[in-house]
Amino acid sequence: MSTEAPFTIEQFYKFLAQGKLMAGKCMRCGKIHLPPRPLCDNCHGQEFAWMEISGKGTLVSFTVIHIAPQQFQASAPYAVGIMQLENGLKLPGMITGVPHEQLRIGMALTVDFGACTAAQPWPQWPRYCFKPA
Amino acid sequence: MVDGKPLVSIVSAGLSKFGKREGLYARELFAEAVKEAFDRCPRLEPKRDVKAMFVGHMGEAYEHQGHTGAAAADWAGLLNIPATRTEAACASSGAALLSGVYAVLSGLADVVLVGGVEKMTHRSTAEVTEYLAMASDYPFEQWHGITFPGLYALMATAHMHAYGTTEVQMAHVAVKNHYHGSLNPKAQMQKEITLEAALTSRVVASPLKLYDCSLITDGASCLILTKPELARRFTDQPVHIIGAGQASDSIGLYERQSLTSLQATKLAAQKAYQMAQVKPEDVDVAEVHDCFTIAEIIAYEDIGFCRAGEGGKLAESGETRLGGRLPVNTSGGLKAKGHPVGATGTAQAYEIYLQLTGQAERRQVKDARVGLTHNVGGSGATATVHIYRSET
Ligand SMILES: CC(C)(COP(=O)(O)OP(=O)(O)OC[C@H]1O[C@@H](n2cnc3c(N)ncnc32)[C@H](O)[C@@H]1OP(=O)(O)O)[C@@H](O)C(=O)NCCC(=O)NCCS
Ligand SMILES: [Zn+2]
Repeated sequence: MSTEAPFTIEQFYKFLAQGKLMAGKCMRCGKIHLPPRPLCDNCHGQEFAWMEISGKGTLVSFTVIHIAPQQFQASAPYAVGIMQLENGLKLPGMITGVPHEQLRIGMALTVDFGACTAAQPWPQWPRYCFKPA
Repeated sequence: MVDGKPLVSIVSAGLSKFGKREGLYARELFAEAVKEAFDRCPRLEPKRDVKAMFVGHMGEAYEHQGHTGAAAADWAGLLNIPATRTEAACASSGAALLSGVYAVLSGLADVVLVGGVEKMTHRSTAEVTEYLAMASDYPFEQWHGITFPGLYALMATAHMHAYGTTEVQMAHVAVKNHYHGSLNPKAQMQKEITLEAALTSRVVASPLKLYDCSLITDGASCLILTKPELARRFTDQPVHIIGAGQASDSIGLYERQSLTSLQATKLAAQKAYQMAQVKPEDVDVAEVHDCFTIAEIIAYEDIGFCRAGEGGKLAESGETRLGGRLPVNTSGGLKAKGHPVGATGTAQAYEIYLQLTGQAERRQVKDARVGLTHNVGGSGATATVHIYRSET
């Protein structure tokens, strides 16, 4: 699947708001970039194609944050983790729907799209999160 | 015997008192460090001799003040020379030091002042947490509420899972560094702590607790560098930098191959060792980047003080405590001496300078001849490693 959309973080989040996890594939070396980039860090290729990737995967590490930055104070303590998707790429995010003491490396998770929307002027990115598969 | 060829020589060094320095502005703290460096080196005529400055400083948010190079030069009484701020998060002054090495080696400036500064404690912990997080990836890490302790907590969870590293082993790092801090009159915290206290302290980002974290600190540090052939003009006891390495890695922790090792540290260390013709076992004393206890454990492995996965055991063994085989963070480290982020890299070099010139008083490592410093920016997107040796 190829579109004219620019290979930017902004566009990644636009797709995300539509419920799609999209990566950029380098047409020269085949490397898949999540998030997409305008210049392949592997071969310096400049041609890409969008590809939709599965939001299923497993948890590779996690933590429960008690001391939070200002805008997250109300949510603390909250769990965040790094998820390894089925195609091997990794993505960090908040984990919801799992009691904190039940978090385990290796547990199956799935990306939950548009769990909340941003009210501020910039950036207007939706916040995805991870939930049990 | 190590006789790596000197790249540049340190002829003086200064460090402000670290801690809560109420009522001071960053440039005033910087002047405090500079004063000490000038006082230690009466043969230096600063206005005549110093030809360039590099100053590490991480964040303008703390004091609503950027443009730190010029401000620091101004308050150091060194206006007119080129003075540039270097920024690489918590490795800002490690980067200043390497910039100074480049400047001296280029031949364009034969005496260079390098240093760093940060003023943090007048801000609330929530504000500091937010400003520090700016050194991590915004769109995918900060945006999702991940803090600095959070990033190192992710590494800790992964390291524990991969190698069986324990919270007790991490607590040993805290106990050791607090002990060392208790011997350092400039440390922010000069009290010893027990293993029990460390293990029962409140959670910051699980599994990291209060005593696994470095401190929020005000402080400044600086060094005076020159060409090896000029060093004797300024001091009878120069310390030589014989190896220097810096490397970068992905800004996002999530993009890295490994969560249990910092590739930038490994690359920077390899480069520095090779340049210095030194092996890890030649190092007598080291200051490593213990922004969190797990970071010191991972540093042991990446710098080659032990094999991958054995950092926890090394922490527990006591070998890295004063009196052990390889004392690490004799200053108290970021844990107890404190971590004014922009000042940390050259503050580590200050400790090694004291150690290799026999001026470390109660924390002196006997016969220390070869030293190493390791400074990390962010979750490992920057790392610098420097290797030092004494004149004799
Ligand atoms: C750990 C941390 C969140 C604690 O902040 P806090 O909860 O606001 O704690 P306070 O400042 O209220 O201090 C409460 C007490 O704990 C002590 N304390 C604070 N931080 C401490 C630490 N890291 N280790 C040991 N003791 C600490 C204080 O001295 C104080 O003691 P007192 O009551 O005897 O005076 C904060 O120090 C921190 O964010 N550290 C990490 C900094 C960091 O990430 N640096 C960059 C690394 S890359
Ligand atoms: Zn490519």
